[in-house]
Amino acid sequence: MPTSQSATATAAVDTPTDTPIDNRLENLKELEAGLDHLQEDTAPVRRPVATRLLLPLGTLAALVSLWQLLAWFASPRVDLVPGPIEVLGTAAGLLVDGRLAEAVATSLQRGVLGFLLALGIGTPLGLLLAASPLLRRGVGPLVSGLQVLPSVAWVPAAIIWFGLTDATVYFVVVMGATPSIINGLLSGVDTVPPQYRRLGTVLGASRIQGLLRIVLPAALPGYLAGLKQGWAFSWRSLMAAEIIAVGGSIGFGLGSLLQQGRDLSSMAVVSCAILAILVVGIVIELLVFAPAERRLLRRRGLAPGAGR
Amino acid sequence: MSIVIENLSKDYGAAPVLSGISTVIATGEFVAVLGASGCGKSTLLNVIAGLEPPTVGSVAVPAGGAAFMFQDAALLPWLTARANIELALEMRGIPRAERRHRADGLLELVHLSDAGTKRPHELSGGMRQRASLARALGQDKEVLLMDEPFAALDAITRDLLHDELERLWRAHRRTVVFVTHNVREAVRLGQRILLLSSRPGRIAAQWKIDPSVRSDPAAAAKLTQDITARLREEIRHHAH
Ligand SMILES: Nc1ncnc2c1ncn2[C@@H]1O[C@H](COP(=O)(O)OP(=O)(O)O)[C@@H](O)[C@H]1O
Ligand SMILES: [Mg+2]
Repeated sequence: MPTSQSATATAAVDTPTDTPIDNRLENLKELEAGLDHLQEDTAPVRRPVATRLLLPLGTLAALVSLWQLLAWFASPRVDLVPGPIEVLGTAAGLLVDGRLAEAVATSLQRGVLGFLLALGIGTPLGLLLAASPLLRRGVGPLVSGLQVLPSVAWVPAAIIWFGLTDATVYFVVVMGATPSIINGLLSGVDTVPPQYRRLGTVLGASRIQGLLRIVLPAALPGYLAGLKQGWAFSWRSLMAAEIIAVGGSIGFGLGSLLQQGRDLSSMAVVSCAILAILVVGIVIELLVFAPAERRLLRRRGLAPGAGR
Repeated sequence: MSIVIENLSKDYGAAPVLSGISTVIATGEFVAVLGASGCGKSTLLNVIAGLEPPTVGSVAVPAGGAAFMFQDAALLPWLTARANIELALEMRGIPRAERRHRADGLLELVHLSDAGTKRPHELSGGMRQRASLARALGQDKEVLLMDEPFAALDAITRDLLHDELERLWRAHRRTVVFVTHNVREAVRLGQRILLLSSRPGRIAAQWKIDPSVRSDPAAAAKLTQDITARLREEIRHHAH
């Protein structure tokens, strides 16, 4: 097209100060900008909200239907297999007399506080072990052993030491969660790519700079995984402690409600308690750990785990 | 003189990786180190960088050490491109108030002004290497060591980065040791080429590249051919 050609010519005449060097540089800059645009990631594909919400809800509906079916098969023995409707009725009753809310609040408070205690103890211990290979060789196997040890095993000892008090519950929770947090931090530090440490050396990082600015941020995903597992252990240990240690000055938690249901031979109350324990676990995962993990991984360009 | 390597040998307990390497690299010189995979090029660079101690011999580099550029850009994935560069400035002791400004200048230098707030995974391979180059320049060392920095890039991007690197080297005059297994790349960039033999790595041959060679495609092609032939000869030694 003659018009566009003359336009280019005019542009060239308009900038007579251009030296060849400037031209080459401009050229390079433009070429790079073109390549950059061509190679850059386009907007990430996001799964529609529909499938993210519909799939879990569909699963829930299917499970409840299956449960109802089971209840029909066992219909003369409602005391053994109460259906969803009976359990819902019992839950309403427990809500009205305040027992369910009290149990959830008490357990949640203990679980969170116990977890935070474990966090406060496990993190510095993990850092210490990460910093000292000698100490780690000595203590590491013990930590891994404690992680495998079911924390219920601590309940009798805790009762002997602390009696039927909240200290017993917290002791069991801390013993259950701390090893996971320590090991999560350690595995996070272990899996820091050696390249990052070399980078620290090359950049002239001091030991403390290397730790704070490179190793610990790099270890964050492993640490978070450890925290997640630590929370799971907290919650499980708490239930174990609450079921076994009832009475004294110990408050009324979900484990206590479970135990009460057993004493009353009420499968409906037991089902309510199990469901409440499950729901708290899911809610904490969905509200706390899943978003934290998603944010952390997305910032680093790592795909978050499937199903979220 | 910038880097003095005297009778350097390196082994990891078993067979020697590098053996009897001696060379002097002048201030502002661009040296390309060429050799087959596994011949010890990275090892040589790591020893010069002080990441590994020499087993025998000595390496002298200017006080303050050397800047280093890795094959994979080695940008920290949780930091933006600008923050990655600022990290190098921070570890050099540049005060916080100045870092931002200087990092912007370095980004501009490698034509990444618009990408400062992006994280490494949002950048293309070429952009990552340019950010990595900006960070290495931000270390502000007289010596820049580069370990196959463009080996993972496509040919078009690599060509552009050759132009870019040459431009920056002319403007900022660092002493560069550039490791590559690509003969054309060595001829394109180096003022001098060191050919390393394999097992052990010794300096098998070296060439001084006259600047006129680069503006003469026929001469460059001829030299590339000669060096390739010599490299193949080195590799053939190991057939038996
Ligand atoms: N940390 C190490 N420990 C033991 N052997 C090594 C180590 N680093 C490199 N090597 C060996 O040294 C040789 C040269 O490696 P390298 O310097 O990476 O070669 P290049 O960079 O030329 O491909 C290889 O045979 C490799 O196995
Ligand atoms: Mg290498």
